[in-house]
Amino acid sequence: MKALGHVFKYGDNVDTDVIIPARYLNSFDAKELASHAMVDIDPEFVNKVKPGDLIVANKNFGCGSSREHAPLCLKTAGVSCVIAKTFARIFYRNAINIGLPIIECKEAAEGIEAGDEVEVDFDSGKIYNRTKGTEFMGQPFPEFMQKLIAAGGLVRYTNTKKEA
Amino acid sequence: MGMTMTQKILAAHAGLDSVTAGQLIEAKLDVVMANDITGPMALPIFREMAEKVYDKDKVVLVPDHFTPNKDIKSAENSKAIREFAREQGLTWYFEQGKSGVEHAILPEAGVVAAGECIIGADSHTCTYGALGAFSTGVGTTDIATGMATGELWFKVPSAMKFVLTGKPGPYVSGKDIIIHIIGEIGVDGALYKSMEFTGEGIKELSMDDRFTMANMAIEAGAKNGIFPVDEKAEEYLREHTKKSYKVYEADEDALYDEVVEIDLSKVRPTVAFPHLPGNAKTIDEIEAMEPVKINQVVIGSCTNGRMEDMRKAAAILNGHTVHPDVRVMVIPATQKIFKQCMKEGLLDIFVDAGCAVNTPSCGPCMGGHMGVMAAGERCVSTTNRNFVGRMGHVDSLIYLASPEVAAASAIAGCIANPEKVGDR
Repeated sequence: MKALGHVFKYGDNVDTDVIIPARYLNSFDAKELASHAMVDIDPEFVNKVKPGDLIVANKNFGCGSSREHAPLCLKTAGVSCVIAKTFARIFYRNAINIGLPIIECKEAAEGIEAGDEVEVDFDSGKIYNRTKGTEFMGQPFPEFMQKLIAAGGLVRYTNTKKEA
Repeated sequence: MGMTMTQKILAAHAGLDSVTAGQLIEAKLDVVMANDITGPMALPIFREMAEKVYDKDKVVLVPDHFTPNKDIKSAENSKAIREFAREQGLTWYFEQGKSGVEHAILPEAGVVAAGECIIGADSHTCTYGALGAFSTGVGTTDIATGMATGELWFKVPSAMKFVLTGKPGPYVSGKDIIIHIIGEIGVDGALYKSMEFTGEGIKELSMDDRFTMANMAIEAGAKNGIFPVDEKAEEYLREHTKKSYKVYEADEDALYDEVVEIDLSKVRPTVAFPHLPGNAKTIDEIEAMEPVKINQVVIGSCTNGRMEDMRKAAAILNGHTVHPDVRVMVIPATQKIFKQCMKEGLLDIFVDAGCAVNTPSCGPCMGGHMGVMAAGERCVSTTNRNFVGRMGHVDSLIYLASPEVAAASAIAGCIANPEKVGDR
């Protein structure tokens, strides 16, 4: 499994209120939420993001509210992977549960800039910056995690296992 | 090797004699709670897994965020969880008029107790750590799983120990202490960890102070915040819950990543400036600055909408009037608190001062309704987050403070020191 796309770069403590402001939480329709993704930190994000693009940020990405709407709106907007120095814990669980790949990698967070074209190989954990020709090692995704992401999240993965 | 208080509770709920930090466990859940934002989203996921909740006494639903419903979509969401609660015969569904903000109503109604393992689809679920419970916020998929199975996997957290000594000054409360602590360790200072509060200073803290402090553990990135169960906590539990509860204590040789000592007598009234709860400034630093003029004050929320908060705000506002440039919203966190405010004459004080008193709701805290801000406006708020756009326009600013600082600021029209509010 791989991710490939261009990078949107953000700083420390990107909170779930800026990822998806509460004023849009009267809906949990994934497409509607995606149309407001990142609006309070980067109003141009939804117009520019293309399927496969990545988000790279510094520490404590996804801090704040427990809203699962946050990883869901990023995934639905087309984000294929979020790389950060660290993630807030609830966001971390939520991202995995809905099948949005996330990787903690300090070196990659420091060595990747906005607009870089980046490729992530989930089998090996390798993060390759095509623009700069640099490479970083994140944690490889275990097989179950890759299956979970391929299934579209924890619930579907669990149900697939039940049926198998 | 010894266990922390949190680790002991988790071990007991996983059916294990002991656990260590980093271990993955599956724990049984005593309470599984969702609200009108996370609950409706959980229902379709729940239905993929089960027809009936695992225990109708343990799954709790509280419509509180966009209630009284602010628009049609919110009304549909509330309706969905109301109908679900009826269909499943849930014991604990809190309807408007008999309800309040989730993290105020659950302890008040005796739904949560010491020693329990609790999850809530709201990040401030960590509030119940004040009662000596393990309690943490999760997302929608996790809550749906909890509702269906009564179990959830956890990674056992390591812990930071906060040793509190001394006695806080007259205008210093739990809010000042927790903002001070987050200011010291940073908004990710306790990332993935437990914050365990100990020390002789704890006896100086009321239960409302402790709820406020545990509530904001998440603002330091913590998985949970927890207090030992002392005489005051047991008195609260006896008064509020019929549940049998269990008291856990950390082992003397428990391992902590870090020990932080806080002398409560040295903590000053402290305000978190935009846009992070850890951006702490003492009232003395603020007084040395150009006055920070404000447009709005909010006194309420799961952090500071409890009875003691209402009394403290009223004591400051009594006989004063709100500054002409400021709008003030007072929001008692539950109906019981609202009624007690009425009985004690506090509503008269608030209304006479020129405050709007609103029905229990999360209201403006997350920019939902009942006090959303326009561009360039500034608010002193007793809530828990001052992120960009949290309370409305992306260019509005939030200053987090105690009820006393908020009340003093309402009178002065700028962030003000409650120690210096003059006689009426």
